[in-house]
Amino acid sequence: MLSRTADNLYWIARYMERAETMARLLEVGARMSLLPSAHGYRNEWDSLLHASGTAGGYAQKYGQAHQRDIESYLFFDQDNPSSVASCLAKARENARIVRTALTAQVWDAINTAFQELRALEKTPRDRLDLARLIDWTMKQAAVIRGSIDTTQLRNDGWDFLNLGYYLERSDNTARLMDVKYYVLLPRVEFVGSGMDNYQWATLLRATSAHRAFHWAYGGEVTARKIADFLILNPQCPRSLTSCIDGVCTHLNRLERAYGRASRPHEVAVRIAAELQRLSVDDIIEEGLHEFLSRFILEAANLSGVIFETYLSGDLR
Amino acid sequence: MILTVDHVTCYRYVRPARALVQSHRLMPSSCAGQRVVDWTVTVSDGIAGGAFRDGAGDWIQGWTVPGPVSEVTVSVKGTVETSDQAGVLRGHRELTPAECYLQSTTATKPDSALAALAGQGQAVAEPLDLAHLLSDLVADAIQYQPGATTPATTAAEALALGRGVCQDHAHVLIAAARLAGLPARYVSGYLFATADGRDHDAAHAWAEVHVRGLGWVGFDPANRCCPDDRYIRLGSGLDAQDAAPIRGIARGPGGERLEVQVAVQAVQQ
Amino acid sequence: MAANGYFNEMFEKGRVRPPYRQLEDWTRSMPAELREMKQAEAEALFRRIGITFAVYGEGGDPDRLIPFDMFPRVFTAREWARLERGIKQRARALNAFLVDVYGRGEIVRAGRIPGRLVYRNAAYEKAVVGFVPPKGVYSHVVGIDLVRTGPDEFFVLEDNCRTPSGVSYMLENREIMMRMFPELFRENRIEPVDSYPEKLRRTLASVAPAKCERDPTVVLLTPGHFNSAYYEHSFLADLMGVELVEGADLFVEGEYVYMRTTEGPKRVDVIYRRIDDAFIDPLCFRPDSMLGVPGLMDVYRSGGVTICSAPGAGVADDKAVYTYVPEMIRFYLGEEPLLNNVPTWQCAKADDLAHVLAHLPDLVVKEVHGSGGYGMLVGPKSSSEQIAAFRARIEADPGNYIAQPTLALSTTPTFVNEGIAPRHVDLRPYCLVGERVELVPGGLTRVALTEGSLVVNSSQGGGVKDTWVLAE
Repeated sequence: MLSRTADNLYWIARYMERAETMARLLEVGARMSLLPSAHGYRNEWDSLLHASGTAGGYAQKYGQAHQRDIESYLFFDQDNPSSVASCLAKARENARIVRTALTAQVWDAINTAFQELRALEKTPRDRLDLARLIDWTMKQAAVIRGSIDTTQLRNDGWDFLNLGYYLERSDNTARLMDVKYYVLLPRVEFVGSGMDNYQWATLLRATSAHRAFHWAYGGEVTARKIADFLILNPQCPRSLTSCIDGVCTHLNRLERAYGRASRPHEVAVRIAAELQRLSVDDIIEEGLHEFLSRFILEAANLSGVIFETYLSGDLR
Repeated sequence: MILTVDHVTCYRYVRPARALVQSHRLMPSSCAGQRVVDWTVTVSDGIAGGAFRDGAGDWIQGWTVPGPVSEVTVSVKGTVETSDQAGVLRGHRELTPAECYLQSTTATKPDSALAALAGQGQAVAEPLDLAHLLSDLVADAIQYQPGATTPATTAAEALALGRGVCQDHAHVLIAAARLAGLPARYVSGYLFATADGRDHDAAHAWAEVHVRGLGWVGFDPANRCCPDDRYIRLGSGLDAQDAAPIRGIARGPGGERLEVQVAVQAVQQ
Repeated sequence: MAANGYFNEMFEKGRVRPPYRQLEDWTRSMPAELREMKQAEAEALFRRIGITFAVYGEGGDPDRLIPFDMFPRVFTAREWARLERGIKQRARALNAFLVDVYGRGEIVRAGRIPGRLVYRNAAYEKAVVGFVPPKGVYSHVVGIDLVRTGPDEFFVLEDNCRTPSGVSYMLENREIMMRMFPELFRENRIEPVDSYPEKLRRTLASVAPAKCERDPTVVLLTPGHFNSAYYEHSFLADLMGVELVEGADLFVEGEYVYMRTTEGPKRVDVIYRRIDDAFIDPLCFRPDSMLGVPGLMDVYRSGGVTICSAPGAGVADDKAVYTYVPEMIRFYLGEEPLLNNVPTWQCAKADDLAHVLAHLPDLVVKEVHGSGGYGMLVGPKSSSEQIAAFRARIEADPGNYIAQPTLALSTTPTFVNEGIAPRHVDLRPYCLVGERVELVPGGLTRVALTEGSLVVNSSQGGGVKDTWVLAE
């Protein structure tokens, strides 16, 4: 397939996954704002901006953190490249470009989401509550993902869509965990306190893994269990291991389909092997932040190699 | 005369280019007055592309250099036996109607000064005389001075400036001739010019004017003459850009540096 | 041509003309509410499939819908057979003309068309002189704009030899009509048009370069997804089963053109381009353009790839050259033209200019290179100020204008707010020229939705209709 087509497919998935992550973050924010403020150090909404990496842009536009402004900024604002609306619009634009590589159902799902978004944008804000917007986003993301899974031909296009989903997801999970210490938890002395555990639980919610976690581990929520769950547990759909396994699967399929060995697969297998080798103690010993920083860098390198090999069009 | 040409162009890229594509008009025209003894064009790391003779009778050869490209050398080496045809292009097979060369281009766009120059020939009835007159007028109007103009200078600008190089002479003559109703075109080639002691670039350009009954006739206002056996003709076009011996595009992030060396020498007979 | 009163394609002297007989019952059986419902359904379908682009590349809001009128336009088999012969004749002559003027120019030498109009034309490409494209075809899709003024009177308004657009409307209009009114297609025997994409693909494959010794790889080259006709490009590529590429997806190496794929370079043999000549190859045409494929023209001219339509084809559809098409038909085919030209005055000629300036209120004046209904004057529909302003423009640059009598364009019944009313229409069939000359039975009917308007361009309030050709 055309490299540009593969690139568009890959980005449809990345943007859809990013939109979904943003909606999850908004949900966490909404939830936190319902609870009595336990720590008064920093506004919880503010911490959300940091978690989503959009604090700078927001401060420039609005200054003070206000719930309504933050909601608008994270959901609707086209100036915020990570807002749900921005991501959805970019996913749809990428889809429009490669419509012929998508099934009618997938195009319809993406286009319908976009048309509904346009309608939402025209609705007065006081008639839209956040819960509805979040539900709406999750539902659109699920419909799109579902139509991809059930209708797309299992060809290379399907692999590039999945590569986008898995890489974006691994990056999002790693970043959410990484900002946890630095943003969600303002002071080092909170580590191991009830406050700490509360924040970890919030993180689980942000990855839609709250209940799944309890099924898998039970008992008290601890940093150790959560790190194991979100990094190493192959049962958790958003764990780094699951994401990298997904990446490996699709790169392997591409290698077979194209009948030539590829560097991306080699790189991905190496990352997967390391994850398999590691125990949660190794990670904690290395330092969670150090480990995550290293992982984020390796995943970015893998994206770069995938771009060079398949998406840039320079393959000989 | 027997002339040898040694023409080397080197392109260097600040950052490697993704790939380089060139289109060459580097074969001596097949016409009376020049016979190729030997002639080779090489492009370092280049892949020869399609080649064909175009409507104007020029031999066009495509080249590509797969990336990443940091440096490319195009070298032209050869020997041509020439004879004086008094500037008339004879025995040159071409299909493009002369009328096509009445179109103006950005570089040859008329203005009032060009129209005034062309108007000085109004009383001259014979096209050949008119062409000679215009060529002389251009030679008078533009003093040879390298560095006064750039490759992007237009005919109108060069005329206003009153200074320029062979490209400017040719552009002004072409613009004026077209205004006077004579099809005219730009010719690129080589000139063996060290004999007269003046410092000329050996890569040269002049104009051809179409004269009914006679065909295309060359005029070189820069040297106040018609091309003779010191000239090697490569190809023609509506203006310098259209007639360029080497056209190329490198797709890449960085800039390009160019170095050209041309030597044309006469072989002692 | 009727001087007053317009030819109504459905009703003639109070009686329903044969091709529309079935439709009479259909309209009677459709109450206003049902019609409105159907209309809304059609619109929703169009919007959902995303067919929201300006017809004929007129620009404007890319998300704008072209109004679709559900009342079909109908031709009998006999009417169509006549049109078909005329259209194919014209398409052949136009291609013969192109091969000739880029070759020896016999028609100019014979004095049948002034050399000035051809060789000094901005659309004449010096770069392809001396090149004969595979099978001698320059224009592979010829869109011929026709108007009708009476039962047997058809006129060619203009030829489109480059990349006539709008064919996706022909296909989608039919698709939507079949979905909404299947009973109509059971009751009437309507020739299908859905073979167009396959025929187009076959046509393109048939002109692969001689050097191509395998099943040719065809691609459709689009200016990109911001182009107003992008939908059509992607729609056609999809239906033909060929890649939709942008300039940056292609590159030249050695004697061939390749596309950049996830498996490495893949050779391309035929490029159906929907971009202008100026943007094909910056090395040849526009050095300032980042669009296009550097070196493509050298590959084309040395027979490594075929470009459809061939660069330079535009010289045949120039409005000044148009006047000479009947002459081309006589000169190259030795036949009499089956379709009439509209009498045309060329303002470049002094006598014609005088006539035009004296009769502006009765004439339609167009720019030689204009399109999309812009830069034109419809005399009878213009105010005296508008006419005066246009007069000044003509006088300033006469060579840029041609004039034609205001034609009494036929009308067909059209759904309007008040019910059904006659509206003026034109027709663009798409003639394919490759190894064979083919025409699918149908085309794009454009309709001027404003009462009394003769301008059918979508940018000026025009809509589209499904066009039927009844089987024998």
